[in-house]
Amino acid sequence: MTAQDAPALSFRDVAKHYGDTRALEHVALEIPRGQFVALVGASGSGKSTLLKTVNRLIDPSAGEVLFEGEDVAALPLPALRRRIGYVFQSIGLFPHMSVAENIAIGPRLAGERLASSRIEELLRLVELDPDLAMRMPDALSGGQRQRVGVARALAADPHLLLMDEPFGALDPVTRDALGERVRALHEELGLTTVMVTHDMAEALLLADRVLVMDAGQIVADETPAALVAGKGGEVAQALVTVPRHQAQRLAELSR
Amino acid sequence: MNGLWDALMGLGDQLAAHVLLSAAAIALGIAVALPLAVWASRSEKVARAALTFASLVQTIPALALLALFFPILLSLRAVFGEWLPTLGFLPALLALALYALLPILRNAVTAQANLDPGVNEAAEGVGMSFRQRLLLVEAPLAAPYIMAGIRTAAVWTIGAATLATTIGQKSLGDPIFAGLQTQNWVLVLAGCIASASLALLADTLLGTIERGFRERRRVLVIGGLMTVALGVGGALFAQFGGGEDEDRVVIGAKGFSEQYILARLIGQRLEAEGFAVEYRDGLGSAVAHSAAASGEIDVYVDYTGTIWTNQMKREDTLARDEMYAAIEQWETENTGIKMLGRLGFENAYGLAMRQEVATSGQFESIADLAARGQAMTIGGDPEFFERPEWIAVRDAYGLRFAEKRNFSPTFMYNALQSGEADVIGAYTSDGRIEADRLVILKDPRGAFPNYDAVLLLSPEAGRDAALVDALTPLVDAIDVEAMREANYSVDREEDKLSFDEAARRLAERAGL
Repeated sequence: MTAQDAPALSFRDVAKHYGDTRALEHVALEIPRGQFVALVGASGSGKSTLLKTVNRLIDPSAGEVLFEGEDVAALPLPALRRRIGYVFQSIGLFPHMSVAENIAIGPRLAGERLASSRIEELLRLVELDPDLAMRMPDALSGGQRQRVGVARALAADPHLLLMDEPFGALDPVTRDALGERVRALHEELGLTTVMVTHDMAEALLLADRVLVMDAGQIVADETPAALVAGKGGEVAQALVTVPRHQAQRLAELSR
Repeated sequence: MNGLWDALMGLGDQLAAHVLLSAAAIALGIAVALPLAVWASRSEKVARAALTFASLVQTIPALALLALFFPILLSLRAVFGEWLPTLGFLPALLALALYALLPILRNAVTAQANLDPGVNEAAEGVGMSFRQRLLLVEAPLAAPYIMAGIRTAAVWTIGAATLATTIGQKSLGDPIFAGLQTQNWVLVLAGCIASASLALLADTLLGTIERGFRERRRVLVIGGLMTVALGVGGALFAQFGGGEDEDRVVIGAKGFSEQYILARLIGQRLEAEGFAVEYRDGLGSAVAHSAAASGEIDVYVDYTGTIWTNQMKREDTLARDEMYAAIEQWETENTGIKMLGRLGFENAYGLAMRQEVATSGQFESIADLAARGQAMTIGGDPEFFERPEWIAVRDAYGLRFAEKRNFSPTFMYNALQSGEADVIGAYTSDGRIEADRLVILKDPRGAFPNYDAVLLLSPEAGRDAALVDALTPLVDAIDVEAMREANYSVDREEDKLSFDEAARRLAERAGL
């Protein structure tokens, strides 16, 4: 298999143990390029751990993770991380840097300067006013901050976008709008996206493929349609029940 | 108020030395604390160990910490050789830097620990290396906190640096200790005002830099840093811009009036002969002797009995001339210090009481005190009760008192007047003995050794023929009455003379 047509990500029998705790167990999985994958599961199911083995914020105890055909363990760490966009719940904007400086940080680390036109473009991509570029993060709302977080993740033209509960701290309206926007960017920029969420509704509405995790293992690997149709087994269906039930009650209310 | 103004204006040299010492100590503190803080941020164990050590250092009184560096450096000479200074700038610098460590380290570690974990995750997530994370994220975010720590350290250091006087480093402590010695409150006040103003100024400047970091206003940071650099640069110029320092004759003085006056007397004489001089005032007794042996000071006045008991550890006493010869021989063999000769008066330890008390209680000799003084309180200077002379006298007469109290030499006489002490360990050349109408109790058993004032020269200075020639006229030139009068002229409450003036009058009276 050449690097050209290798899948975006391959997990080969990945395991992660903390002492006796098994956070990940025998995860084997391929994610083709261009796919939008949601990792769903209860807290402690291992979904965040699995995501972080990709950009090596966590190193697996066994097995290997391939990114576009290359073993991530063999790649120089800073270079690997700069090729992968990363968005996470606490956002982590650098409070002492302006919005523009935050967005430009990845390229800056690689010794490049990001043109202000590019920063403007990135702000537009996440539907922010380019005038915000010179603001400091503490002058922004939570939703605006996470949009900057997404813009920062996209600044270095990554092929892969990793998102760890990206909308968890946002209010529902912002959350919905930003989710839609990220899905649209995924299409426009031809990204491969892996999103960790505990919200099954979000996963069903945004992703092409939903992976359900339980106790460190993948217990379901289905399309949203198949899950809604009742496939994927017990754990997955328990998660699907919640939004389905909510939808039914809402439908009843409107009668 | 004019006196205060003059005293303040005369502090330029001390101020420059104080600024340099404090700045160097803080800089060294920063240089040690920051790498340590970075290491501590990567290791919990290091953090705990470093903070524990720094806190421990902080519990040592500053004066003791300064004093401790003298024996430490002395023992380090075995490793580094004789060139290692044991007094003055180096020990003061090391002690103060240790003192400055804690606030800087604590703030740096706290700033690291309080860093938003999201920021750390982001730094890793965007692919920062260790260095990049340190320089681009941790340093700028921790800077205001570290600056606050440096600010605290600066205020402490500038305050504590006044104590450097006691180990022979020039500082704004000079006027404080000299003034305390002679109850010259104008001098004390001048020293306090100068060091407090310096601390306030440093606090304001560093506070400006801190605000600059906090509000990300580069102008404040750069402006503050430049002003600090300007101040330190000015002090550097004031200290070293004036030409050669090496040829100066360093005159030592212990921390009491007579020593200050005699140092000035020597200094004035040498200056008249064309020497450049420098004073190291307020030295402890043992420190002064070691300083002369090591050449830190070139010349000072000591007392035969002090050397006999403290340096030579002798417990017997000899007749005056035999003792002098024995000391001279011992110095030649052990330290290389040259004894130029006796000044002509004795400043012995004696036990003194108020005349009324002595008369009414019929105290004439120390033996009377041993027999009837058990209910009394004895006062002494901070060294007195540790000195072998006291122990010898105590044991020779079987002295016992209800209470022992330490006073600074100045306050000791006040304590006697106010009844806080009934008897004190006084100095026989002290002008206050006559002025306060005190009686020195007789010492029939000769337990106190002889205390002739002698002129001592460091080994190097002793080989300097011109210096020896310039000092030789002082030998046998000062009698005890002249010395008492000079001492009293600076110790009395009213119409005090400065040390310089008292030294001039003493020289005149002695026909020098």
